Amino acid sequence: MVQDMGLDKLIRDHPFFEGMDDEALELIAGCAANERFDAGQYVFREGQPADKFYMVRHGSVALEVRAPGRDSIVLQTCDDGDVMGWSWIVPPFRWKWDARATRLSRLVSFDAICLRGKLDADPALGYAMYKRFVRVIAERLAHARLQMIDLYGIGKE
Amino acid sequence: MNQMAALVDPMVPAPFRIERVKKELSDTFTLDLVPAERKRSISFLPGQFNMLYVFGVGEIPISISGDPGVGDKIVHTTRAVGNVTNAMWKMGVGQTIGVRGPFGTAWPVEEAEGSDVVIVTGGIGLAPLRPAIYQILANRQAYGNVCIMYGARTPEDILFRKELEKWRGQFDMQVDVTVDHATGRWGGKVGVVTKLIGRGGFDPHHTVAFVCGPEVMMRYAVDTLVERGVSEKDIHVSLERNMKCGIGFCGHCQLGGDFVCKDGPVFPFDAVADRFVIQEL
Ligand SMILES: Cc1cc2nc3c(=O)[nH]c(=O)nc-3n(C[C@H](O)[C@H](O)[C@H](O)COP(=O)(O)OP(=O)(O)OC[C@H]3O[C@@H](n4cnc5c(N)ncnc54)[C@H](O)[C@@H]3O)c2cc1C
Ligand code: FES
Repeated sequence: MVQDMGLDKLIRDHPFFEGMDDEALELIAGCAANERFDAGQYVFREGQPADKFYMVRHGSVALEVRAPGRDSIVLQTCDDGDVMGWSWIVPPFRWKWDARATRLSRLVSFDAICLRGKLDADPALGYAMYKRFVRVIAERLAHARLQMIDLYGIGKE
Repeated sequence: MNQMAALVDPMVPAPFRIERVKKELSDTFTLDLVPAERKRSISFLPGQFNMLYVFGVGEIPISISGDPGVGDKIVHTTRAVGNVTNAMWKMGVGQTIGVRGPFGTAWPVEEAEGSDVVIVTGGIGLAPLRPAIYQILANRQAYGNVCIMYGARTPEDILFRKELEKWRGQFDMQVDVTVDHATGRWGGKVGVVTKLIGRGGFDPHHTVAFVCGPEVMMRYAVDTLVERGVSEKDIHVSLERNMKCGIGFCGHCQLGGDFVCKDGPVFPFDAVADRFVIQEL
């Protein structure tokens, strides 16, 4: 069942899902919905159950860590086209940070409970999805490492 | 060698007077310099550098950051990191600095006409690219899409912020800025500059890319550009090595078979790819 033809096309055209067959795409699209967040609104909060993952259609979402007595620290922003959130595939399925829209943002959300069931029941589909998420995770790790090494520092502080 | 260098002995610094000092960031400043002795027109190509001599302290290479269309002064933007740059940071209007140059190769701004132009830069690396941006903007209709992707350490470290905002507001180029570290007060992007390349609105098969920043950043930027389909020969990088003569005599800046001062600092990536990742050549 495809809920929304626009959504179906969006998923089909997104590089993240490239190479997936029609049947798999239809299953995934069956778990998808459009969501809208205003500037300042939280998409999810640290510690809450990670029961979705997202694709940013337009906008910007800051992944941030709250720190008592000081401003929150932004780890990264997820912007147009980014796939956001993998806590839904890693037990105990809870968000590790807050996600806050920094401006009006339109996201596609994917219902993780619906998806986890489908992926467990169909290992080929599970493998195809995991393969794609490993790529996202590896890219994030590489970026986080670059952020960590203080690229623009003068090298001897 | 161009007009200004041809007029003088390239090993003798010409005295220039500091006409204006602008504090850009907590450790970065811009000096406008005018000839101290007699008025003469100054010409340079975007990407070239001068050897700046702080009398009694030392001489260092600094790229020209001003507008090549403005011929009565030279502009340098410098980050205070050590001996000479800190001494320069303390200088004021009216003081004299020795200048040799301009030296080195240029960004291929004219060769890029007819193509999309992607400028990927980080930190102080925007300074050597600013003359190229001015030249492109002066002849904007000759280019396809123009994208500037700039990364800084924090929002407070964004160089030429007002100009980046102005360029973004002009609607004829895509200007994307990201920082590595920020608090929730910053409303812009957080993440490495290479991430911007994946989303840039350019046609990789008809793109000329100019990349300037810390070498680690350039390596990853080039990788990402190549992954998107930009050919290595269309990617140009600006390299830094310690220099002494600045004109290919002393061998101080040798990089494999090239001298960075004479054969560079701007190189097509395919000419230096094999040496780019090797430390301490
Ligand atoms: C072709 C060329 C163009 C350049 N253009 C510019 C420019 O436009 N603006 C600018 O600010 N710099 C530029 N540089 C770099 C500049 O030449 C050096 O920062 C300068 O030589 C440092 O001299 P110093 O005596 O102040 O530092 P030193 O006393 O020699 O060094 C002190 C310490 O500072 C650190 N350091 C030195 N150089 C750098 C550097 N480049 N980056 C980070 N840390 C460093 C090192 O840890 C070093 O041990 C350019 C270099 C080249 C080769
Ligand atoms: S600095 Fe002397 S050869 Fe380059």
